[in-house]
Amino acid sequence: MHELGIIVHVAKTLKNVAQQNNVSKIGSVTLEIGEVSGVVESYLTDCWQYYRKKDSLIENSELKIEKLEAVTFCDDCEELYPTVRYGRQCPYCGGYNTWLAVGSECNIKEIEAC
Amino acid sequence: MTDKMKIIEVKQSVFADNDADAEKLRQQLKGEKTFLLNLMSAPGSGKTSVLVQTIDRLKDDIKIGVMEADLDSDVDARTIAERTGVKTIQLHTGGMCHLDADMTRQGVKELETGELDLAVLENVGNLVCPAEFDTGASMNVCILSVPEGHDKPLKYPLMFTVCDAMIINKIDVLDYFDFDLDKVREYAYKRNPDIKIFPVSAKNGEGMDEWCKWLKEQVCKWNS
Repeated sequence: MHELGIIVHVAKTLKNVAQQNNVSKIGSVTLEIGEVSGVVESYLTDCWQYYRKKDSLIENSELKIEKLEAVTFCDDCEELYPTVRYGRQCPYCGGYNTWLAVGSECNIKEIEAC
Repeated sequence: MTDKMKIIEVKQSVFADNDADAEKLRQQLKGEKTFLLNLMSAPGSGKTSVLVQTIDRLKDDIKIGVMEADLDSDVDARTIAERTGVKTIQLHTGGMCHLDADMTRQGVKELETGELDLAVLENVGNLVCPAEFDTGASMNVCILSVPEGHDKPLKYPLMFTVCDAMIINKIDVLDYFDFDLDKVREYAYKRNPDIKIFPVSAKNGEGMDEWCKWLKEQVCKWNS
């Protein structure tokens, strides 16, 4: 259901993008979804199938999803490591001064349109 | 059709338009001197009970209004209105699991917040989705109740990151659960070193004065 909210916002953003670029049909939309963004890909696709029918701009548009692997940076030893495997604790120095560098994204990357 | 298609780079966060709407609403409320509190928690943690107790303690000093957000029904809105007498409206999200800034703006309009010092938005019971969507609130507060367990800040990190304060409700039943107050503090501070923590019992009133004092201070600061 969270995914439906995201799709509604994608559609809203695309309406502005279409206006700015003077296009009226969108053939595909590519989203970048971070590995730890909490977004479930299959739900997102289902919501897209449902919601696109409501809007002529996107009704025939395909949703493409590019996954971004989550990476965390450690401020103490300045190393990057995979987030999903190690979590918040740095596997190199054992410290907790870490922050998510990549992985929480939920971006519209590009569209194909005419 | 495809051969006419061109690629347009968008490179924009899905949340960007909501974030912009939220910031606009925040500035509007700042101008009107109304503090908007976004109250979030899992279902059953006692949002409505905490709210009733909070309003009872503050309503003589500041003007309060409430927006109740639910997928359906108006049970909570009626409870708040009957128990506290403050103006309460019900927002239906139409099945959506959270409120966004646009829905909040419509609620703010309906509640006529201009005259209010404090508008409370009781968000949909959910620890995941409401954290993603900035509502335009002045501050975010979440409630975690003892039966839910002290590991929740680890399991729902974003919620505890976006909140300015966390209320730990139902401390009157601490003896019956393996809930570790020190651990929950440690886990929450790990996510958010600045988070304020208020252990309370909405049932017997323990800790409520401290929480209400802090909230009143925040309202006065925002509205000054």
